[in-house]
Amino acid sequence: MKHLNTFKSMTLALSLIAASSVVAMAEDTVKLPCVCEMSGPGAVSGSNFHDGAAIAVKEINATGGILGKKIEMDTYDTQSDPQVSRALVQKAIDSGAYAILGTVYSGSTMVNMMVAQQAGVPQMTGAEAPGITQKDNNYIFRTAAGSQKGVPALTPYFKDTLKASKVAVAWVNNDFGKGGHDVFLSEMKKAGISVVADVPSEQGQADFAADVSKIKQAGADAVFVYLNEEESARFLKEVKKQGVTAPLVGEVTLTGQKVIDLSDGTAEGALAHVGLATSSPDPKIGEFVQKFKAAYNRDSDHNGIKGYIAVYAIKYATELVGKVDREALTAKLHGLTLDVTKYPGMILTTGWDDKGELSRESFMTQVKGGKQVVIGTVPAN
Amino acid sequence: MAQFFQVLLSGLSTGSIYALAAIGFVLVWQTAQTVNFAQGEFVMLPAFFVLAGVHVLGLPLWAALLLGLAMAIFVLGFLFKRIIVEPMSKTTGLPLIIATMALSILLKESTKQFYAAEAQPFPSLFPQTTFDIAGAVFSIQDGLNLLVSLAVVVALTLFLDRTKIGRSMQATAQNPGVAEILGIDIKRMTLYTFLINATLAALASFLISPIYLAKFSSGESLGLIAFIAAIVGGFNQIRGALAGGLLIGVLDNLTATYVTAQYRAAVPLILLVVIILFRPEGLLGTSEGRKV
Repeated sequence: MKHLNTFKSMTLALSLIAASSVVAMAEDTVKLPCVCEMSGPGAVSGSNFHDGAAIAVKEINATGGILGKKIEMDTYDTQSDPQVSRALVQKAIDSGAYAILGTVYSGSTMVNMMVAQQAGVPQMTGAEAPGITQKDNNYIFRTAAGSQKGVPALTPYFKDTLKASKVAVAWVNNDFGKGGHDVFLSEMKKAGISVVADVPSEQGQADFAADVSKIKQAGADAVFVYLNEEESARFLKEVKKQGVTAPLVGEVTLTGQKVIDLSDGTAEGALAHVGLATSSPDPKIGEFVQKFKAAYNRDSDHNGIKGYIAVYAIKYATELVGKVDREALTAKLHGLTLDVTKYPGMILTTGWDDKGELSRESFMTQVKGGKQVVIGTVPAN
Repeated sequence: MAQFFQVLLSGLSTGSIYALAAIGFVLVWQTAQTVNFAQGEFVMLPAFFVLAGVHVLGLPLWAALLLGLAMAIFVLGFLFKRIIVEPMSKTTGLPLIIATMALSILLKESTKQFYAAEAQPFPSLFPQTTFDIAGAVFSIQDGLNLLVSLAVVVALTLFLDRTKIGRSMQATAQNPGVAEILGIDIKRMTLYTFLINATLAALASFLISPIYLAKFSSGESLGLIAFIAAIVGGFNQIRGALAGGLLIGVLDNLTATYVTAQYRAAVPLILLVVIILFRPEGLLGTSEGRKV
């Protein structure tokens, strides 16, 4: 009798859970919580990602939502802390998330994506560490190509344009930095370029005197800078102070507008490969930049575009499936390419492979006159 | 050798700002016999007063700096003493220490909420001109950071030792009961100490923010390093705070250059452990006895 009661209780509990799941899906809203770095060292990236996503949500809701359902985007601030982000992804899932937006920091994404995977919730991340799409996680999708795709785009630049035989690398010692650093070392080895100074720094580091001094003493022909925004700005100031004249080349962050604003003119001339460039002459990107400025009275960086396309990718893929279903959305996104002529919210034609890795054309940029300027386009790879 | 000079000079410059923040710990300890765990936020906040003056009120930089200084003295000196320290002065030290921890969170979160979560550029007070010393590049800003810190320590020491008010402040710090019997207005002397602490915090803020950038969370690491600097130098000596700050600034840079960049953040903590084990009163501090 006791066993029968236990069986009944369990059946009832499971039925309630299943029913609540169906109710959540059958509601008039689609929940897309943004688990983002709204404070802490990642606040620049996370808040731009969040604000870009919020513009997309507003636009989509104004034109009927996703399959007639309004999007509800709650914000969860990870404080740039991986463990907090993990707890918040769980909280977002418990609240009935259809898909998760964020996080942007690789260290956080590496930790929290397992939670979304276990719950079977698709996740659109802004993170770029190579390992993210190499962990057999079917539910993770990038909004920008991983550094294993971005950094190799710089190799011809070091080898053929700068004709460098000795390079230095300054990198931030976190998951984002380690990923890019390892790919860079491997690329330089393949290209026959020697790395004469390999300088790690801590996230949030303020004093770069010793780092720049080591690079200066090494006599490198060019310097690869792979740091987060604030650290990039401090690094650039110290480079200027110590009179390092070697070209500074980065991936993603170095020519971002936030770095330019924070570095007090010292970013001038710096080069970087970026997956998304707000300075691109592409009219779609220009349109987004104006929308962002009008909404928040500040300039967006590439993370704003990532957040924006994350929401639109979910909308388009869901509408292709014809129902709000996490598993169907996940399956649809794998191998999907959304052509910008047909899906304008994507801004640029974007595709995902079977691991959630992203493919899209990218840009070479340089800081000129205090602005990021696109100096070349790199085809999708 | 040029590289050694480079990191030495840069370390002295950074260390001098740690020292300014560390002096605040010493002053509050001597007066209120407590540790102000909001000291890092005391250094963070004045920069935002200045930025608000420039960007919200549209003031020129010099006027915004004066406004920032005045606001820092009022909020971090006068209000801190009146609202937090005075009501708790009759309790033992622990509630006040916890109150400063709460204040630290309040200041940090308020800045994030009412100004910005993102780092903000802060205008440099000095020209960016650089010059060579034995192959090392030294900026005017580095030099002035060091000079200002040294001047503050000398001026503060002279003020405390050679003026009537300074001696009254010391008497209040050492034995408030006896000082009151001798006719010293101990409330006023304590207030002076907190106003001086707020002034020093504002000065450190104006010097460090062009390099560190103004950010709501920047006080966390700065407060920790300044706290360690004060212990290493000697928690009851102003010159000890200076020595501790400079030592940590230089050691950090030398370690990153010649030993390991990856584990440089561990150096102040190792130094702290060594000092506590072998010279708990600090490098220049003096032993204090207490009746129990």
